Amino acid sequence: MELLYAITLAVLTSCGVYLMLRARTFPVVVGLALLSYAVNLYLFATGRLGDAAPAVLGKAGVYADPLPQALVLTAIVIGFAMTAYALVLALRAQGELDSDHVDGKGDH
Amino acid sequence: MTLALIVILPLLGSLLPLLFKNQGRSLCATMAMVAPVIGLALLWRHADAVFAGQTLIQSRPWLSELGLNISFRLDGLSFLFALMIQGIGLLVILYARYYLSKNDPMGRFFCYLQLFMSAMLGVVLSENLLLLMVFWEMTSLSSFLLIGYWSHSTDARKGARMALAVTGAGGLALLAGILLLGQIVGSYELTDVFAAGEQIRQHALYPVILVLVLLGVFTKSAQFPFHFWLPHAMAAPTPVSAYLHSATMVKAGVFLLARLYPALAGTDLWFYIVSSAGMATLLVGACTALFQHDLKGLLAYSTISHLGLITLLFGLDTRLAAVAAVFHIINHATFKASLFMAAGIIDHETGTRDMRRINGLLRFMPHTAVLAMVAASAMAGVPLLNGFLSKEMFFTETLEQHMLGNWSWLIPLGATLGGVFSVAYSLRFVHDVFFNGKPVNLPKYPPHEPPRYMRVPVEILVVMCLAVGLAPGFTVAGLLAVAAESTVSNALPEYSLAIWHGFNLPLFMSFAAMVLGILVYSLRRPLFDWYARQRDVDAKLVFEAAVQRLVRGAGQITLLLENASLQRYLLCLLLAALVVTGFWLLQLPALRGPVALTPIDGVTLAGAVLTMLSAVATAYWHRLRLVSLVTLSVVGLGVVLAFARFAAPDLALTQISVEVVTIVLLMLALFFLPARTPRESSGLRRGRDLIIALLCGALVGALAFAMLTRPYDSIADFFLANSVTGGGGHNVVNVILVDFRGFDTMGEITVLAIAAIAIYALIDGLRLRVPGADSLGKPWAQRGDLLMLVNLSHVLLPLALMISVYIFLRGHNLPGGGFIAGLITAVALILQYVASGEAWTAQRWPVNYHWLAGAGVLIAGATGVGSWAFGYPFLTSSFGHFHIPLVGEIELATAMLFDLGVYLTVVGATLLILANLGKLPQSRVVGGDF
Repeated sequence: MELLYAITLAVLTSCGVYLMLRARTFPVVVGLALLSYAVNLYLFATGRLGDAAPAVLGKAGVYADPLPQALVLTAIVIGFAMTAYALVLALRAQGELDSDHVDGKGDH
Repeated sequence: MTLALIVILPLLGSLLPLLFKNQGRSLCATMAMVAPVIGLALLWRHADAVFAGQTLIQSRPWLSELGLNISFRLDGLSFLFALMIQGIGLLVILYARYYLSKNDPMGRFFCYLQLFMSAMLGVVLSENLLLLMVFWEMTSLSSFLLIGYWSHSTDARKGARMALAVTGAGGLALLAGILLLGQIVGSYELTDVFAAGEQIRQHALYPVILVLVLLGVFTKSAQFPFHFWLPHAMAAPTPVSAYLHSATMVKAGVFLLARLYPALAGTDLWFYIVSSAGMATLLVGACTALFQHDLKGLLAYSTISHLGLITLLFGLDTRLAAVAAVFHIINHATFKASLFMAAGIIDHETGTRDMRRINGLLRFMPHTAVLAMVAASAMAGVPLLNGFLSKEMFFTETLEQHMLGNWSWLIPLGATLGGVFSVAYSLRFVHDVFFNGKPVNLPKYPPHEPPRYMRVPVEILVVMCLAVGLAPGFTVAGLLAVAAESTVSNALPEYSLAIWHGFNLPLFMSFAAMVLGILVYSLRRPLFDWYARQRDVDAKLVFEAAVQRLVRGAGQITLLLENASLQRYLLCLLLAALVVTGFWLLQLPALRGPVALTPIDGVTLAGAVLTMLSAVATAYWHRLRLVSLVTLSVVGLGVVLAFARFAAPDLALTQISVEVVTIVLLMLALFFLPARTPRESSGLRRGRDLIIALLCGALVGALAFAMLTRPYDSIADFFLANSVTGGGGHNVVNVILVDFRGFDTMGEITVLAIAAIAIYALIDGLRLRVPGADSLGKPWAQRGDLLMLVNLSHVLLPLALMISVYIFLRGHNLPGGGFIAGLITAVALILQYVASGEAWTAQRWPVNYHWLAGAGVLIAGATGVGSWAFGYPFLTSSFGHFHIPLVGEIELATAMLFDLGVYLTVVGATLLILANLGKLPQSRVVGGDF
């Protein structure tokens, strides 16, 4: 399972990074979103994978590590804010420069 | 803390002239005098103790961990300097009252002057070396303001910048030296540093410390080869030159030399560096001074030369050298300040400072002429004046130092040569200005005596020159003794300040200097011609060129990295991450750790493969933006499933709500952006990016695998054990968020709110072209009544809101909480915007999202502050069981109130972003085809 998880992370990261290196704003934002998934999954995995029960105290004996989960929960919300900010920045650039090139180069 | 008060008074007093700047010039100047007068009175209260040889130390801890304390010290040396700074400061204020023209902003001048006075007093009264350093930098800054006072003049601006650059750079070196010193001693208090003198001198780092400290000293005191800034600082108003560049600031360097004398002096290295720098400065300054045609230029180079003399004395390190040095500090301050003031009067009354034009002024201003002549004679070292006494002592000491063996005679020879030129330029000052025929083409003619009170400060200083010169025993002896004693930190050997010591070698040297000096002056014509033929190196041009080269170089390096290309920046960042992380990863003996792998089940495998395929599809079809958006959402769902699979229901709930919001947002943005990405990267470029992407992916994958197969220690047990007893909740993730790590969450929702406001600001005023047709040229539908969606969404809204309340309430004990409930509410509301339009929703749901987000942060903050009222630390939660009719027994925690803050912030921030973006097409239609 660990190997599968690591490979999934690798694929997500590769795709995210490739898109972030593109020259247009929209793919970059999409790449950022993909990279955020990978990073969140990575942070989450620091609590290790396994068959533990969710950290809701009850009858179960072994609980999953709640700390990375709490961390990732806020990271997801902040990640949304970041994606939104990058996207609106792209829109602003489109509005001001009439171009969606990441460096604001005009294509008209 | 009277000593601290002496330092702070001028700082407070600097505001007074600003307050009274429109109430008349005299009142403004009087107000500027308030602080130094009180300061002098305070200083006088300690005079008895100081003259009894006591050292007064007043200390209060500040940042003791760093060794920085507010501690002040008053001993003979600091008493002398504080007296000079405040005394001469008062005279300068009186003088400046008449010097400044009606167009000069007087309030600002006196404000700067007192800022400087405060800094300078801080330097001389500090007991803590770090504190001293702070004031040291303050003197550099305030002198920058004073030199650049006439900011309309290019010379003033450039001179100020040069002075700041040179003294500031020296200050950095000094700071490094002081830090090393403190490291060795273990304390920055001067008392401890003095006690550890032997330890410092024996230390391996002693040469480094010495050089660093001396760099600070030499730049500040304009020692060769850093002397070039001082003549350019003469662009300052003359009161500033009289105060800063003769009596005080340039003396800060030699003061530090005296202050650290017990700790650093007494080695061969000290002798070689300090005395050779002093000797070079003495000679260069004295020679150059003779050739200056500018009155203030002559005085500036003469100041450099006298500073060199003082430095040389400290460097000689003989029996009485320190006494002679301190004595010359006093004498130089009196005669040079009065000479600067006289030069200022002449400039003021004739309109020029060129000595080739101002001649024969004796006839026009006899009173000033007499004063200037006496002061100039003191500078030349004429008997019966104070300059003579310290110069005799100086000559005596040069004969005492035999470190150079057979070449020791070089020192008295150099000293005499300095004396020759000093006589020559003093003579030039007197003869050229007051005699030597008639004035040539003066801008103001005829010149006359200055206002009565402008002369008073000069008179006072000249009387002091005479009094010290005639009766040293009655005037200066006591002060000199305590000051010199605290300089060397020891009892002084016997010495006498008598005018007549009999016929001896020093007297002969003085005599020779007089005669040769007159001879040199009488030969001035051929000498001036010779000097005029020399290639003139303008220090300012050289310095400016060096500064501009530096700026250009820095600009080029910056451009190399910052070429305004996001792709380049990302590339640099990614490569750095690859190298740094990859290097450490390669150090691992084996990638796979000792922990056994868990088996893979079919469902998880299918989910993972789907997620990976979607991610690849997103990248592959990225030029078809809508397609890649759809595949991106599949990846998001895969992530949701992964959270659910690995026991994180809270995360799964959060991710799926965020997923909805994100995709809606991206769809909205895509409406305005081109639907396709043009193919513009070359194949080579794409190949390069692909390799980097694959490497990054491999790195992250390897890192994750290495981590997952290694054992770990978690602090999770603490949270699991204390969640119920400490936080009153069974859902540990939520308890961590709102209780254990509530402060983090507080920061997090603040960031969220700030991001939302920033996005709002970006959207505000944004004008976007609204496309009329899609990329294939098919026109967009103008009316979009989605009957099914509208009706469904209306039915769904109350249900969704109810569920979000339920999720919110149960959050403390079951998966849920403020974040998730907030996102569900936001999704439900966004559905209304999507289905029924912005206008319809805004009409029925008139909520200001700014207020909502702000209220959320405030409620969360208030919950935290509320704990203070009960005497607990910030954000301490409490909980109890309550019985509510119909609902029954429930457990309520204050953390729930905090969670309410989180809920409101999330709803407010999310809708602030989306609703405003959604509003764009309605309000900002510009039209036109795309």
